[in-house]
Amino acid sequence: MFTIIRKKALNNDVTLMEIEAPDISRKAKPGQFIIYRIDEQGERIPLTIADTNPETGTVTIIFQQVGASTKMLAALSEGDSILDFVGPLGSPSHLEGIERACIIGGGVGCAIAYPQAKELHRRGAAVDVIVGFRSKELVILEDEFREVCDNFYITTDDGSYGEKGFVTDRLKALLDAGNVYDEVIAIGPVPMMKFVSKLTKEYDVKTTVSLNPIMIDGTGMCGGCRVTVGGEVKFACVDGPEFDGHQVDFDELMHRNSFYQEQERGHACRLTGGMANG
Amino acid sequence: MAKNAGVRVEMPVQDPLIRRTNFDEVALGYSEEMAKEEAARCLQCKTRPCVDGCPVNVQIPEFIAAINDGEYQQAYESIVETNVLPAVCGRVCPQESQCEARCVRGRKGEAVAIGRLERFVADWHLEHSKSAADGFQSNGHKVAVIGAGPAGLSCAGDLASRGYEVTVFEAFHTSGGVLVYGIPEFRLPKHIVEAEVKALQTAGVTIRTNCVVGRTISVDELFEQGYEAVFIGSGAGLPSFLGIEGESLLGVYSANEYLTRMNLMHAYDEAYDTPLRKHRRVAVIGGGNVAMDAARCALRMGAEEVSIVYRRSMVELPARVEEVHHAQEEGIVFNLLTNPIRILGDESNRVRALECLRMELCEPDESGRCRPAAVQGSNFEIEVDSVIIAIGTSPNPLIHRTTDNLDINRWGGIIVDEQTMQTTRPGVFAGGDAVTGSATVILAMGAGKIAAQSIDDYIQSKAQETQEA
Repeated sequence: MFTIIRKKALNNDVTLMEIEAPDISRKAKPGQFIIYRIDEQGERIPLTIADTNPETGTVTIIFQQVGASTKMLAALSEGDSILDFVGPLGSPSHLEGIERACIIGGGVGCAIAYPQAKELHRRGAAVDVIVGFRSKELVILEDEFREVCDNFYITTDDGSYGEKGFVTDRLKALLDAGNVYDEVIAIGPVPMMKFVSKLTKEYDVKTTVSLNPIMIDGTGMCGGCRVTVGGEVKFACVDGPEFDGHQVDFDELMHRNSFYQEQERGHACRLTGGMANG
Repeated sequence: MAKNAGVRVEMPVQDPLIRRTNFDEVALGYSEEMAKEEAARCLQCKTRPCVDGCPVNVQIPEFIAAINDGEYQQAYESIVETNVLPAVCGRVCPQESQCEARCVRGRKGEAVAIGRLERFVADWHLEHSKSAADGFQSNGHKVAVIGAGPAGLSCAGDLASRGYEVTVFEAFHTSGGVLVYGIPEFRLPKHIVEAEVKALQTAGVTIRTNCVVGRTISVDELFEQGYEAVFIGSGAGLPSFLGIEGESLLGVYSANEYLTRMNLMHAYDEAYDTPLRKHRRVAVIGGGNVAMDAARCALRMGAEEVSIVYRRSMVELPARVEEVHHAQEEGIVFNLLTNPIRILGDESNRVRALECLRMELCEPDESGRCRPAAVQGSNFEIEVDSVIIAIGTSPNPLIHRTTDNLDINRWGGIIVDEQTMQTTRPGVFAGGDAVTGSATVILAMGAGKIAAQSIDDYIQSKAQETQEA
């Protein structure tokens, strides 16, 4: 059993939890993920590691309630335990040699972008951060990001906070203004990563994206997480989850990720007895 | 003597029309009377050819004699001397090509049903045993086993019985490996695996689930933590795809994914959260036991038509005859001499058909099987909304990639000395599918046993050296 040491709601839909998992905490590097299962009937759900504290032996996860399993997790309290918590899975980020980066986070993807910004900052790289949300009440991790970057930009779709527009608008403005990045790291909804990659391709800036496809085991066994990268089939769980954004077939990924949506909507939540996504 | 000594006692099975709608076990097992009647057919040959046919050398005449005497506990003890998973092996071993293939009875009639008798004894034990603490006595040496599948459990069981403190590191949340993620409930009920794993734990084996060696902990760290030897039994978990157009369409699964959702995650059971789409028409590509398992699962999930698509003919099907027979009885369609070349999707990226070519058989190839050749221009479509790819798996590269001096062959199998299961790295042994690529439960168990002996020799000789020094 793995105990929830700390819980904090970051907004109405997004929750931060610190889970006691010393073995994972000791080993995890930016870019890696865990798989959790709440109880005997639970699904195996992958979540990227947001932070670790090897001293306290904890792993921080930040997740959005999108389906039954994440809703059930969000309903647990400090002191409660979950049955399974395994990791760190996936290949760590390749941050070597980056001197100036632009980190882009979209929505809950900021939770995954944050450890990259933090690590690059720690290594002495210059870090610009662009984060985007639908509106002001969804903003997360602003203070944390500000601490680990040189320039911080925030956009909202409706203009209720920061600049009105998308992260791509801000990125384009920065590139047009002559900012040169060794790498852009974009993590967020698939359409956002797709459009960031499209833009950076025009400007010929290396771009890394972190994919979160449907998977079961997370060790290369089910092949459910296969994505097409540069015309080749890759397993996101072992070959990724990070890939060259200019090579990823995002449209295929969007299709594959939608496969269980109808079923998820119709799935009666064990917790509330109601519809999970309704 | 039995009424007709040339014929084995039939084992009752669930009616095909009923069982195709449920996940309960298909084969129901012998009653005591049936077991005794079948046991009486054993000739108790002095030459014991059956024992040589068994990869773990179960003392077959002894355990059958004990059944004859009604001494079922004694029969059980005789089996577990060499086989730590008898209820599993009694169900899933290909006895017809191993012990039973050598049975003298088989020359003039049907071989003694050794597998069914093994299952009877193991099930009798599970029902009647009072799990007494085994009184495990440690010899003070620690061994790490990677993977709680057939190879790892067999190795761990043998080592524990010799006093080693064995910890099995399992990546999944449940022990059993392919026995729990691959083989379906209706062929091997999960409570059977659980009971046999529990027996090993009672015998002193420690199991640590949720630990991915190569990620959570490395082989080097295992040695640093005081394990004197490591056995790798991580299986062949990496699914192969065909490399044809359309494999990323919605409704295409590797058999591993389909079966893992079904078996490990219980997706067929509403009480569990893991989803599995219901499909109307399913094509399973491949002809092995895994293909049969996937097809029969799809049928039980309510598909109207499930077909096996295999490029050779019935005789070349690699699946066990019994599995093919069961699948046919349940109404699985066999599209033989059929080779898939493309999966076609609809406008929303869902599978709509499988395009195939007709094949014809030519001269046998080096494997002795007839080589299939495509009939030009014979393209046709099978209307399906799901395709399950069951053409095999290869060893998972995770441990090799994260461990120095551990050599693999070009198929990804860990290279070992076949006599000892010693890898290219001292103190590290390997066996089962991680070495051979996907094979059988019992061959993996046999390899685990050999490795246990080698690990014992290795540690004892090292201890001796230390003493002498």
